[in-house]
Amino acid sequence: MFTHYIFHFLSILALFSAIMMLASKKPIHSVLFLTLTFFAIAGHYVLLNAQFLAVVHVIVYAGAIMVLFLFTVMLLNLNKDERSPKPMWVKIIAFIAGGMLMLTLIGIFRGYDIQSAQDPMTTQIGLVKNLGKILYHDYLIPFELSSVLFLTAMVGAVLLGKKEQI
Amino acid sequence: MVTQIIYKTLLASFILVLSLVVAMYSTLIERKVAGWFQDRHGPNRAGPWGLLQPLADGIKLFFKEEFMPASADKFLYILGPSLTMFVALLTSAAIPWGPDLVINGVAYPLQVADVNIGILYVFAILSIGVYGIMIGGWASNNKYALLGAVRASSQMISYELAMSLSIITIVMMTGSLSLREIVAQQQGFNWNIIYQPLGFLIFLICAFAETNRSPFDLPECETELVGGYHTEYSSMKLGFYLFAEYINMFISGAVMATLFLGGYHFPGLDKLGLSPNVFAFVSFMVLFTKITFFGFIYMWIRWTLPRFRYDQLMKLGWKSLIPLAILNVVITGVVILLNQ
Repeated sequence: MFTHYIFHFLSILALFSAIMMLASKKPIHSVLFLTLTFFAIAGHYVLLNAQFLAVVHVIVYAGAIMVLFLFTVMLLNLNKDERSPKPMWVKIIAFIAGGMLMLTLIGIFRGYDIQSAQDPMTTQIGLVKNLGKILYHDYLIPFELSSVLFLTAMVGAVLLGKKEQI
Repeated sequence: MVTQIIYKTLLASFILVLSLVVAMYSTLIERKVAGWFQDRHGPNRAGPWGLLQPLADGIKLFFKEEFMPASADKFLYILGPSLTMFVALLTSAAIPWGPDLVINGVAYPLQVADVNIGILYVFAILSIGVYGIMIGGWASNNKYALLGAVRASSQMISYELAMSLSIITIVMMTGSLSLREIVAQQQGFNWNIIYQPLGFLIFLICAFAETNRSPFDLPECETELVGGYHTEYSSMKLGFYLFAEYINMFISGAVMATLFLGGYHFPGLDKLGLSPNVFAFVSFMVLFTKITFFGFIYMWIRWTLPRFRYDQLMKLGWKSLIPLAILNVVITGVVILLNQ
C-alpha cells in the first residue's frame, strides 16, 4: 500500500517535471527539470526492485550527461530564450509527428499482455548478479557490439571536434 | 519491525550529529594544523585552547547580513547551498560503521542502509554533488561565480572517471558491490591497500579533486576568481558551502578507510575476546581513527602544496590518472585470471 503512494507521487513528479522541462523559459531551468525527471524515473526503478538500474541511471544520466548539459548551457551563457521563433508549419509538423509517436506507444502498451509480465520481486531480474549474468551470458555479442558502437561515436565526435586537418 | 525502524532512525540521527560535530571541529583542527605548519598558535582565544572557536564562527555566520544579488535567480540561489549540504550528508547512510550491536540477543547492524550496490550508491551521490555548486554559481549571476561553477563541473566529471576506474579493481577483487561485504573481506590485516597501492593513490588524488580541496580547489581559487562559486554568498548560506566541504572530507575519509584500509577492522582486534557491544564500540573507534588520519592528510597537503594551474589539473586527470587507472584494471584482471 505504501509503495502505491510512492508510485503515484513519483509518477506525478515525473510528469510534472517533464512538462515543466518543456514549458520553462530559461534553458537552465529546463535542464534542472529534466534532471528531476530522471530522479523520478530512478525512483520507479527502485520500486521495481532494480536498484542497480536505478543507481546506474542516476550516475549516467543525472551525474554525467545532465552535468555536461548544464556545463554547456552555462558556458554558452544561454540566460534567456534567444532562439528565433519557429515558423507555423514546423510547429504543425512537430505536433503531428509527436502525436503519431504517442499513438504508436499507446498501441504497443495496449497490445501488451500485462498478465504474462513477470513479477520483478520474484524473478529478481533487476539485481546486479542476475542482470550481469544475462548481459554477459545470453546477450554477450549485442552488449559488446553496442559498446563498440559507443566507442565509434566517441572517436567520431573527437575527430569532428578537432580543429586542424589530419 | 517497529524496533528496527526506531533503531534505524536513532542510528541515522546519531550519524547526522556525528558528521556535523566532526565537521565543526575539523574547522578548528584545520586552523590549528595550519598554525602548527606555519609556526604560530592558531585560534586560542575562544575558550580553553580555542575549543569554542567553531561555536563563535557559527554564531558569527548566523548573525551576518543576508545578502542576495538583485539579479539573482532567487529560488536557485537558495537551492544551491541547501543541495550541497543535503548531498554531503547523504553518503553516510551506506557506510558500515562497525560490526553488529547485540541487544537482548538481536543483532543490530551499525549501518543505516545495507544496499547490495553500496559502492555505486556512493558514486551516485558523488556524481550529483556538483549540482549544488553549479546551481549556486550560476544563480548568483556573477561572472566569477559562473567561472567557478563551470570549473567545478568539468573538474568533477574528469576526476570521477579515474575514481570509478580505480574502484573497479576493488570490485573485481572482492566480487561484490556491497560495502559491508567489502569490509568483511578485509578482516585482520587483509586490507585492500596492500593489493591495490596504485588504486589507492589514484583514489586519494581524485578524492582531493572531488571534495574541492587544495591543491585542486580551483572552483574557489581566490587569487583568480575572488571567491569562486560562492563569491556572492554571505551569512549562513556561505556557511553551508564551507561546512559541506568539511562534511565531505569526513565522509570521503570514511569511504577511503572502508574501501582500502579495512574499514573497522584492525589486526588482532577480533582475537581479544571482547563482548560484542564493546567490540563494536572499539571497532567503531578504529574506523574513526582511520578517518581522522585521512582528515589530517587533507590538512597536511592543503598547507604544504601550492594550487595547481587549471590546465595542469586537466592534464593530470586525463593524461596521467585515467591511463594509470586503466592499466591498474588490466593488471588486476590478468592477476585474477592467472590465480584462478
